[in-house]
Formats: sequence, C-alpha cells, structure tokens
Amino acid sequence: MRKLRLSFLLYVLAGAVAQGFALPPIVHATPEELLITHNSVGRRGGRVVVSQHAEAKTLNPVLAVDRPSREVLGVLNADLIHINRLTHQTESALAKSWKVSRDGKQYTLQLRRGIRFSDGEPFDSQDVTFSFQVYLDEKSNSSQRDLLMIEGKPIAVAALGPYAVRVTLPQPYAAGDRLFDGIAMLPRHLLEQGYREGKLGQAWPLTVTPAQIAGLGPFRVKKYTPGQQIALERNPHYWKADSKGNRLPYLDELVFLVLANEDAEAPRFEAGDTDILSPVGAKLFEVLGKDASQGSRLQDAGPGLEYNFLLFNMNDDVAGRLPEIAREQKWFKDLAFREAVSQATNREDVVRLVYLARGTALASHVTPGNRAWMDSRLQPRPASTEHARKVLASAGYGWSSEGLLHDPAGQMVEFSILVSSSNQQRTHMANLIQEDLKKLGMQVSVVPLEFRSFVQRVMQTHNYEIAVMGFASGDTDPNGEMNFWLSSGSNHLWNLGQKKPATDWEAEIDVLMQKQLTARDPKARKKLYDRVQQIVAEQLPIVVIASPHILVGSKLKLKNFEPAILAPYALHNVEELFW
Amino acid sequence: MRHKKTIRWLVGFLLLLHLAALLAGFLAPYSPTTQEREFPYAAPTRIHFVDGSGHFHLRPFVYGVEQSSSDSQISADHLANVHSLRFMVPGERYPVAGWWKSNLHLFGVDAPGKLFLLGTDGYGRDQFSRLWFGSQISLVTPLVATVISLGMGVTLGAMAGFWGGWVDELIMRMAELFVAIPWLYLLFAVRAALPLSISPVGAFLLLVTVIGTVGWARPARLIRSVVLTTRQQDFVLAARAAGATSGSILWQHILPQTWGVVVTQAAILIPQYLLAEVTLSFLGIGVPEPTPSWGNMAGSVQQYSILTSYWWMLIPVIVIIPVMYVYDRLAAALHEPVKSSA
Repeated sequence: MRKLRLSFLLYVLAGAVAQGFALPPIVHATPEELLITHNSVGRRGGRVVVSQHAEAKTLNPVLAVDRPSREVLGVLNADLIHINRLTHQTESALAKSWKVSRDGKQYTLQLRRGIRFSDGEPFDSQDVTFSFQVYLDEKSNSSQRDLLMIEGKPIAVAALGPYAVRVTLPQPYAAGDRLFDGIAMLPRHLLEQGYREGKLGQAWPLTVTPAQIAGLGPFRVKKYTPGQQIALERNPHYWKADSKGNRLPYLDELVFLVLANEDAEAPRFEAGDTDILSPVGAKLFEVLGKDASQGSRLQDAGPGLEYNFLLFNMNDDVAGRLPEIAREQKWFKDLAFREAVSQATNREDVVRLVYLARGTALASHVTPGNRAWMDSRLQPRPASTEHARKVLASAGYGWSSEGLLHDPAGQMVEFSILVSSSNQQRTHMANLIQEDLKKLGMQVSVVPLEFRSFVQRVMQTHNYEIAVMGFASGDTDPNGEMNFWLSSGSNHLWNLGQKKPATDWEAEIDVLMQKQLTARDPKARKKLYDRVQQIVAEQLPIVVIASPHILVGSKLKLKNFEPAILAPYALHNVEELFW
Repeated sequence: MRHKKTIRWLVGFLLLLHLAALLAGFLAPYSPTTQEREFPYAAPTRIHFVDGSGHFHLRPFVYGVEQSSSDSQISADHLANVHSLRFMVPGERYPVAGWWKSNLHLFGVDAPGKLFLLGTDGYGRDQFSRLWFGSQISLVTPLVATVISLGMGVTLGAMAGFWGGWVDELIMRMAELFVAIPWLYLLFAVRAALPLSISPVGAFLLLVTVIGTVGWARPARLIRSVVLTTRQQDFVLAARAAGATSGSILWQHILPQTWGVVVTQAAILIPQYLLAEVTLSFLGIGVPEPTPSWGNMAGSVQQYSILTSYWWMLIPVIVIIPVMYVYDRLAAALHEPVKSSA
C-alpha cells in the first residue's frame, strides 16, 4: 500500500514536471489492468450533444434521484459489476472478476489494478469500502441504501487487500451480482473529509469546479452553464481500451443540453444542434423518420420494459378520511369490476393510436422486451364490451334506461381517471379508455394533473379513484420490483402500508417473491415468478395495458451507436461512440 | 351613416355565428365525441362532382376511406367506393339548446362512407363537428362572462358615482384590488380547491364566473365617471328638484346615459374573454376532454409532431382570427361616435 502511494506520488510529480519541462512521461509502477472492448475500433476526437428535458439537480451520486442527474452521473462514474444493456447479463467492470460462496452469501471481488480516477488518483479497495459505507449510512439519505438492504439488513463490505473486497449478504440473494450495477464508486480522497464532517450533502453541486470532482466514468466535468448545459470532457485515465489498445473514450467532449421537452428537442435535432435524441415518442419518431435522409437515423430498439397500467385505489386508509372514495372502493375491490374494465379496454387501439403500432399490448406486467422472465402463456385477450357486460351483470350490476351502469346497491358507477398531464401518451391512453368504459355505461372523467400533484395523490394522500401509470424497471430481474409486489413494499401502490397481506393472493405473492429472492436455481426462480404473473393477471390489482418500444434518434455518422432497451438507452456505451 | 351600416353588418355576422353555434348539432354531421378509431388524423375529405372516369355527378360525392398499411393514416381516395352527399339526413341524436333532442343533420354521406370536412384528430373525431360544438363553449362563455362583468360593473360603478363618499371609496379600492389580481393564478387556485373531477358544465360555470367576476373593475370605473358627470347635469338636478327619489333618478335619468359605454365595453370584453377561454382550455384548465372547445382543440398543436404533420389541426386556431377581428371592428365602430363627439 505504502509502495503504491509512493509510486503514485512519484507519478504525480513526474507528470507535473513532464508538463512543465516536456520530459517523457514516467510509466506507472502498477500496470493498468484495462478492460478491452470488442466493438468496432474508432478514432479519437469530436463531441456529441445530447438533449435532456430538465437540468440535472446535482453531480453528487449519493443524493441524485432525478433522471437528468442520473444520466450525467452515469457517464461520470463507474460500478464494480455492470449489467450489459444489450445482453442483460452481468459483466466485469471495476471488478475484473468475482466469486460467490457456496451458500450464496459472500461475493469476493477482485478489483482492476493500477486504474485511476479522472483526477489521476489511484482507485483501490479503500474507495470501495468508503463508497459502501457512505451509501449505507442513514445520515447520507442515499436512495441506493434501499437497494443495498436485504430483508431490512445491510450488506457488509470489507477490504481483503488493496485490490480485493468481500461483500457479505445477510441472506442468500439470487442474482446478487446485479446489486452492484449503477452503484458509483466514490473517490475517498475527495469526499472522506466532507463525509466525516457531515457535509457530504453539500458536496458536488452543479457549480463544483472541475478540480474538486472526480469519477471513474469515461468523462469528467469541464464546464457548467446554468440553465443551459453541462459540458464534459474525455477522462484521460479511463480504464477501458479498444481491441487495438487505444484508450477509450473516443469522443473528446460530451454535452448535455437542456431543452424543455420533446417538442423543443425535435427542431434542434433536425437543425443538427443535437446528435442524440433518446428516448423519442412514437409520433415524433414518425415525423423525424421522414427526414432521416438528412443525416439522421431513427431506430426502434424494440419492446422496452415499461408497462402502463390502470391502478385501482384499494388503499384501506381512506376509510373515514375520504368517504366518497371509500364508498367507490367496493367497486375497485370487486374482481368482477376490475375484470370488466380489463375486458373493455381496447389495448390494440392504444398500441395503434398512442404508439402508432410501435408498442405491444400486454397481458402481464413483464413485457416482451424481458424475454428471460416473460410468461409467454399469458397473452392479451381482444377487447370485448359484450363479455365485460356479462361479467358485470353476473356480479349484480345493472343498467338504467339511459344505459348508465349502476352497482348492485343501485349506485351509479361514476369515477375519474387520474393521469399526469406532462405525459401526452398516457393522457391519450386515458381518453381512449374513457371511451371504452363509456360503452359499459360507466361515467368516467379524465383528470390530467401536474406530475407532482399526481404523485402526491397516488403515493401519499390516496385521494384518487383510478390512475393511469407507467413503470419501467432499470433491470430485467424481478428483484428490482420487490417493493412493488410485496404487500409491505413501499411501492405497493394499490394498497400501501399493509401490516399483513390484505388478501390471500397478496399473501401468496409475498411468499413467491421471497422464495425467488433466495432461490439459486434460475429455472426455479422463473417458475416462481411465472406464478406471480399469473396471479396478477387473474386478480388484476393493476390492469396492464401496453408497453412502448424504445425509440431513439441519432446522427448517421455516429458509429457504434447501439440503442438498448435498458436505460440509459443511447449512452450505455458512450465510451465506444465515435465520428 | 356609414359606420351604422358597418355595425349592422358586423352584428349580423355575429348573430349568424351564434345562431349556428346554437344549431351545432344540426350543422355537424357527427357527435363531437365519437371516436372513429380507424381514422386517426385523417386529412379533410375531398368532395367531388367528377369521378375517376370523367363522369359528372349532379349530386356531390366522396370516395370511401380506408386504412393504409402504416395503420396511422388513411390512404388517398378509393376509386371503387363512391358515397353520395345527402342533405337533411338522420344520424346521431343531439340536444338543441339543451332541452330538445333531434337526430336530423344538415348533411352527411351514405354509410359506410365518412365525411370529415376538416379532417380528424388523434382519436379519429371529426374536426368539423367538434369545431361547431366547440363554438358553443367558446362563443357562449365570453357572452355570459361579459354579462356578469357588466352587470357588476354597472351596479357598483353607478353606486360609487351616484352616492360618492365612503361608498365610492370602498368600491373603487375594491376595483383596484380586482385589477391587480392575476386571474390566471386565481383560476388555478379555485380549480385546485374544487373536487378532482368536474363535469363539463361545472367547468364552464367556473370559467364564466371567474372570468366574469374578475373583469368588473374596469367597466365599473368608466360607469362611475359617466355617472359622476351626469348627476351634475341640469336634467338630473331638475328631476331632483321635482322630488324624484334617488332610485328613480338613477334608473330613469342616469343609467340610460351609460348605455353607450356599456355597449362599447361589451364589444371590447367579449373578444378578451373569448381569448381567455381559449387560453385556459389550451392550458388544460378550461373545459375538460372529450367536450370540445376551440381552446382545448388548439391545445394539441402544442406537440411538434402534430404541428408539423397535420395542418388541419390548426383550424381551431385559424377560426378564432376572424371572430376576433369582427369584434374588434365592432368595438371600433361603436366607439367612433364617442371619439368624434369628443
């Protein structure tokens, strides 16, 4: 360790001297264990401009929760084990290899030697233990903490030497290697003091000077222009090289340009001001596709992981607090009602009119994009108003002389569908469903609400009836959605805050999800998760509707551009992009 | 004399427009909410007299529409499929002025033909029909709101001008307060305080009430100044000397003098309120979907893909222009005698 520090000091001094007096560079004492990529060999130079819908809020990986910040941080930082966005399999990153103990509780990771942060400081196991210490510290308020807790207990990380760490899980965890994806390794030399003084939350705002920030990603901070853009420059110490030994990335500069929305992005992309548009809505995809000859290309990466669904408010805490909604919950808690809604919803029309056929009608929350986990026995049924009416009639519902639906107690079925007004596709979807349900005699109004108010109603006040929502997991593995499916989960949206499962089928899902969490055999896991999908399809706590394809645009001349269906769709291999 | 003729023409045009809005169901071939999902963003249907083989048809006709392979557009006219245009045809039922129902439409085409004179929107709804039904909201909202504004303006302005003193002080300070209120944010606040789901009628009443109530202050100030001047004139003093009560003086002698101001103000306020309704619906806080209004119809062109691909979606924006122009000319024509006498 001491030797390493000494050699590093020598290197830094030598580097400074070399810059000042043009001496030949001194070779690092520990040879770099670079990761060799196998994509087309490119050439150095140039810059790429990517648009974002909002400005990143922070450059601090511990605090970032918003999408723009995560996009920027994704190229400034690196993780130990990475999920390949194209194969969906884990692969080595900062850890060159890893071993799992027989009981599945211990992961021993061997780190790459001789690699450095973007400021030239070396990376070793001390940085790894420091990073996990920070993420797991409750005082850090890190969103990663939840990911690193298994059954309420934190994972333990210990250094086994300068280039080896052991991660101990509190219980066996299937696909534990996927836990490391997206957990950025932090530079201890820059952040430790602030962390010890309790000032980590103030570290690395957007206004940070480039000298005060470092990461292990392909780019490093160059210049921030408030409200406009963040310019990044090539990290000269990046730990990947192409098959000819050229250090990556190829690009000299990467710029994140802030443009309010898709409608502002499109003309700038067409004018050539931006080089990548990701993701693109289906309508814009069609329009821009007509101009593809002008040096740009539009690509359909296929079905993504996003599933859009109708959420029924079955939260128990509304009783007494929101009497109107509590009264309507007898419909939402009635399986026949949910089944009728599902039957009447014309998913094919949604795909055709909202996604312009660049989407898929769904029967399960696992989309065709997730081939490994989808239960192919579940197929969407064509919409049938007639069948839906029969289901309602057999459950005691009836119709007035004007054709309006009333429940068995004679109460008219009238409710609203909440939707986020900033999402044009979901608003369009809600208006189509409104018309579908009108055919059943349901009196439905669509209420577009500003995003924050929408989330507040769904997550906190529960003051809504039905909502149109969408979820897109960052990983294909079902473990990423534990919080949604477990009855005690913080995202168990249809009935939050359950102390014990409210229904038998929720109890069964709990058991199945826990079992698949610890099962080591992939086939056994698949079988367990198939059963979860079947229960959801039968019990319909959410009525899944459709999934959009991942659509992206880029300049034709940009090479190695391979959009993925996992986020970040376009920048997952940014280090390999070249002009 | 010339400007009287102009006024007659302009008022005639507006009366005709409002009558047509009243008869929207009759003029529109389809219901404004019917979704013809096979035909999203269909271009306006062309009406023909001469068919593909050069034969002249006395009765105009349209070609049938069919879906193209892309599933999102309809193809060009299909030659084998001719549907005649007919007048006074039965169709979907619609209410006339809210109390009487009819199914008679001015025109339509033989089934299964479709007549989309101004194309369709993303749901396959007929833009022409939606435009007429939308005019009911977009033209009636400013009228009702203006009646509210002027009703309050005349009452409060007359009280302030006639009685003066603390009444005048109170009303005029209130007027200043109302002029300063940002009505858009007020509407946001009122909307937020109301239940989540609001019926189209509820939304309409809310729009009318908020727009109308906020706008009373300016007419009130003008009426006050007219009343202030009038109450000192000889004929008013004579009436007072003859023992007329305050109420009868105000009603019989002073208020008739404000008529010119009221009419001119109406011609100024109506287009302002029309634009207010369009703006609010455009922003999504006006009349909710699927009920059409010119504002929420125009809202879809906020999307770049629609703006650049489907020109007929701009029609709701275009129709506002002549209506605004006519109101503007009317206000100018009504104001002309006041200007020349000054």
